[in-house]
Amino acid sequence: MSIDLNACFGCGACVIACNAENNVAVVGKNEVLRFHDMHWLRIDRYFSGNINEPDSIQTVFQPMLCQHCENAPCENVCPVAATSHSSEGINQMIYNRCIGTRYCANNCPYKVRRFNWEDYLGADSFDDNLPKSGVGTVNDAVFMMNDDLTRMVLNPDVTVRSRGVMEKCSFCIQRQQEGKLKAKKENRPLAEGDNSVACAQACPAEAIVFGNVHNTSSMINKVRSESYNRLFYVLEQVHTLPNVSYLAKVRNASWAGDAKEEVEEKPVAEVH
Amino acid sequence: MALLKYESQVRPPLVNGTKDYHQVTEDIIRPIEVNPSKLWWIGFLISVGLLIFGIFSVGEEFVYGTGQWNLNKTIGWGWDITNFVWWVGIGHAGTLISAILLLFRQGWRTGVNRAAEAMTIFAVMCAGQFPIWHMGRVWMAFFVLPYPNTRGPVWVNFNSPLLWDVFAISTYFTVSLLFWYTGLLPDLATVRDRAKLKWRKKFYGIVSFGWTGSTKHWQRHESLSLVLAGLSTPLVLSVHTVVSFDFATSVIPGWHTTIFPPYFVAGAIFSGFAMVQTLLLVTRKVLNLQEYITLEHIEVMNKVIVLTGSIVGIAYLTELFVAWYSQNPYEGWAFMQNRANPFSPYGWAYLLMMSCNVLSPQIFWFRKMRRNLTVTFFMSVIVNIGMWFERFVIIVTSIYRDYLPSSWSTYYTPTIWEIGFYLGTFGLFFTCYFLFSKFFPVIALAEIKHILKKSGANYKANMGGMEKESPDEVYHEAHAAHH
Repeated sequence: MSIDLNACFGCGACVIACNAENNVAVVGKNEVLRFHDMHWLRIDRYFSGNINEPDSIQTVFQPMLCQHCENAPCENVCPVAATSHSSEGINQMIYNRCIGTRYCANNCPYKVRRFNWEDYLGADSFDDNLPKSGVGTVNDAVFMMNDDLTRMVLNPDVTVRSRGVMEKCSFCIQRQQEGKLKAKKENRPLAEGDNSVACAQACPAEAIVFGNVHNTSSMINKVRSESYNRLFYVLEQVHTLPNVSYLAKVRNASWAGDAKEEVEEKPVAEVH
Repeated sequence: MALLKYESQVRPPLVNGTKDYHQVTEDIIRPIEVNPSKLWWIGFLISVGLLIFGIFSVGEEFVYGTGQWNLNKTIGWGWDITNFVWWVGIGHAGTLISAILLLFRQGWRTGVNRAAEAMTIFAVMCAGQFPIWHMGRVWMAFFVLPYPNTRGPVWVNFNSPLLWDVFAISTYFTVSLLFWYTGLLPDLATVRDRAKLKWRKKFYGIVSFGWTGSTKHWQRHESLSLVLAGLSTPLVLSVHTVVSFDFATSVIPGWHTTIFPPYFVAGAIFSGFAMVQTLLLVTRKVLNLQEYITLEHIEVMNKVIVLTGSIVGIAYLTELFVAWYSQNPYEGWAFMQNRANPFSPYGWAYLLMMSCNVLSPQIFWFRKMRRNLTVTFFMSVIVNIGMWFERFVIIVTSIYRDYLPSSWSTYYTPTIWEIGFYLGTFGLFFTCYFLFSKFFPVIALAEIKHILKKSGANYKANMGGMEKESPDEVYHEAHAAHH
């Protein structure tokens, strides 16, 4: 996957698409306030400019999701090997093996792993497991998703995660599987367009490109080679070897004011 | 005879007062044979109350999920793992006293080893609760055991430090328990032999495994103790080293530190000895054992506290130095901003850790302070508060703000159920300790008798003239005594 930060304008369509495609839980205000949000994909914002001159402030958007590292810090720390690497380079999460030690999330430098603190999607086999009052009271949104009728909105192709397991971006593994099966049925190699991911499909600016890097004619290959000078990996120095590359934002610094104030590479401030 | 029993007059006696074998037995076994005091009942009931509250707190978490704790998407471990490391650390003093001091032939260990080993076992039991109950799906906890299964078979991940923990802690618990029990056997037999009540005869008869006190039994007992001491010795160093690997092998700034293993081991012994002090100062008073757990014992342990506390202090300063010297901006931020900056959100925790662990134990450079019971008791509590904060600082300040500022989360405060779980382990610990002090000899009776005739005050007094005698005279005296 490649994400062009020049193209991204932070609309958030990818986040919504991801939520809808992958049955990502909507946890309600109470849980968001406790930093229990479940987004697999988020838009990080970095600001540059003079803090005292609001007009000078510029925002850089950076969609952040599981980087599917080739040398993933999350994979080696799981005591039960519930997260592992596929032969296609996808960092997989095996929900029914996960026992919920949360070590993987602690050790993720990108902080993209999400833990099911409560039974957000009604996936557990026992009832009455949501606190109605006291510590960890959840909003109606969660109770609704525990309701049989509301659960009809869920994507039937995607597993609902039960309480106590870790989850994260799967690169829409269900779509990859579907694409591969389609190609197999038609007795041909996997082609560009057989398999996409929800976020890339939803991006109006086509900032997100997904594909097979081994296919020399693929879009991902083209993007990466054409914009080689802008290509970077987030936290490359940690040597996680991510499979998600970013194309740096280039802008007219004279228009933006004092170029020295750029904080893209040295982020110091964050506003939620 | 006299020659073999000789101990230098320079060494203070390890048992005070006028004692003979019978008196020692009386002093130590007596509390088992009489009804517990009112104070014992009050303490015991408070402990049981805390334990019940802890069970309820864990129950809440079990029914409603880990959301009952205030952990969040970046702070995956908070009070749970802090408490785990804290309790494991406390256990280390018992193993050090029982194993390393046995191999180094330190006579003073006999006064304190039984209680310290019991403390180890109970502390490891408390520690074990946290990694188990912090799991999101605790009913699947058996997945961490490498057992043959029909799922492929799916094997555990031997690369994971958490798995090493499973082996380290379970080995530690098993060896400590065996060692403790081996030492108890002759003493339990003594209780059995003195027992007048039917149930007491029966109970101590079963638990003493038919000990007769024959030479064969003693010989096997000594050999087994040495073997177990040999097994325990590496454990003193390895267990907390493995625990430190949970952090040291990660990529998180503030965790990824090669100094962790020795620093954790020193900290563990530090906090463990503090806990031994807390427990023994109360035990010796309540059970009237001041003549066995003497001021000398307390002073020696205070020396260990000032030594290990200073090692920990050097480790803290080294960390800060390396954070600066490495010029790694992430590590620099973790140490200089998230920790050592007193104005940062958790700056107070770092200051508390520094003052409790590094500054305050320096008071023990003064002999007068080392021998002051009030100061010792106060300091033993302070040290364990400091060591709790050390683990809290390491765990929470590292993961609440690491690489990407977009994921810097907010201040973390525990919920009532997280606090309840911690209090519950205090309940478990003290319930066990109170039962131990009622039903088991809190001092290693047989081992005290072993040193009595050379380190007991009244025997030493009789040996006073020996240093004036020439070696020839001593030899002849000893020779004559045998014929």
